[in-house]
Amino acid sequence: MTTLSFILLPLLVLYIIMYGFKKKVNIYDEFLVGAKEGLITTFKIIPNIVAMIFAINILIKSNIISDMFLFLEPFLHKINLAADILPMTFLRSISGTSTLAIMVNIFDIYGPDSTMGLLASVIQGSSDTTLYVIALYYGSIGITKNRYALSVGLFSDLCGIIASFLLVYLLF
Amino acid sequence: MVNIIWGAFIIIGIIYGLITGNIVVINNEIIESGNTAFNLIKDMTPLLVIWMGLMRIAEASGLIKKIAKLMTPLLSKLFPKIPKNHESIGYIASNIAVNMAGLGSAATPFGLKAMAKLQELNPDKKRATSSMITFLVLNTGGVTIIPTTIISLRLTYGSLNPTIVIPACIIATLSAGIGGLTLDYFIRRKNDNT
Repeated sequence: MTTLSFILLPLLVLYIIMYGFKKKVNIYDEFLVGAKEGLITTFKIIPNIVAMIFAINILIKSNIISDMFLFLEPFLHKINLAADILPMTFLRSISGTSTLAIMVNIFDIYGPDSTMGLLASVIQGSSDTTLYVIALYYGSIGITKNRYALSVGLFSDLCGIIASFLLVYLLF
Repeated sequence: MVNIIWGAFIIIGIIYGLITGNIVVINNEIIESGNTAFNLIKDMTPLLVIWMGLMRIAEASGLIKKIAKLMTPLLSKLFPKIPKNHESIGYIASNIAVNMAGLGSAATPFGLKAMAKLQELNPDKKRATSSMITFLVLNTGGVTIIPTTIISLRLTYGSLNPTIVIPACIIATLSAGIGGLTLDYFIRRKNDNT
């Protein structure tokens, strides 16, 4: 199944190029126009990414989130889980790289096939990083009035995380 | 809301760092975070430039329009405000498809293009439209059929069955997507403007 995803990208590129030929598009020229547009887009989102990472990293490096969950440790032991997993639930919407780091750490300590390892995998797969997606997508077109996007995004993440816990208990 | 969260993250982080005597780490982070951000941008840019180029070809050849036409019946339920066969539908559909395949980073350029096309329909360029928010929810829910990164990491760490988590991941991400879309639907119905 993973090989399928590796074949998909080259096939997609092949199709785009061949379709361009078929429709007699000046493919090289068009590519350059689009590439330039891509460069401008990246340039536009730099401030948003810098701002997000600045705030998120200060919060994460202060260790407050992992410390906050330490006191739940005794309770979690009863249901076969260590406190390591909880920061992940909290961080999922905020920082994809830090949840990935936590997942790898859990794999390292408990093994990927342990309950902890399975739960970490499913939580990681349950959603994308809401805050990052919002910063990126709104930043690229200069939207400043977010309206209810963040609340809905966070609610979506919460649904994914609750589902992850239930699924791991039901399926494994 | 983003203003509050952004400020709160910084204030909480620095104050907690001061209390716990962890302030050296925070100090380094303030200096380093810009670097981290630029590295992320550096990693992202080449892929974005290449895909924006390819997508331009796909747009000029009418391929995006074709996908839009194909997907309009399906997606117009989710995006009632987007005109029929609008190019944004083509980009939204491609973004969802690439995301599903677990090629998250290749999905981003499609998403950015979709947003740019949605912005063309936006009367107030500073304010997000409901279509944009629905699209964002679809993206943060990030329905992934093949979670490539997770599987490869599981394999690296010696899992006997790296792909065993796929069904659970699919259901979990579907729950996130459906949950978000449901809330989005009700909010949209309540204040039905733009």
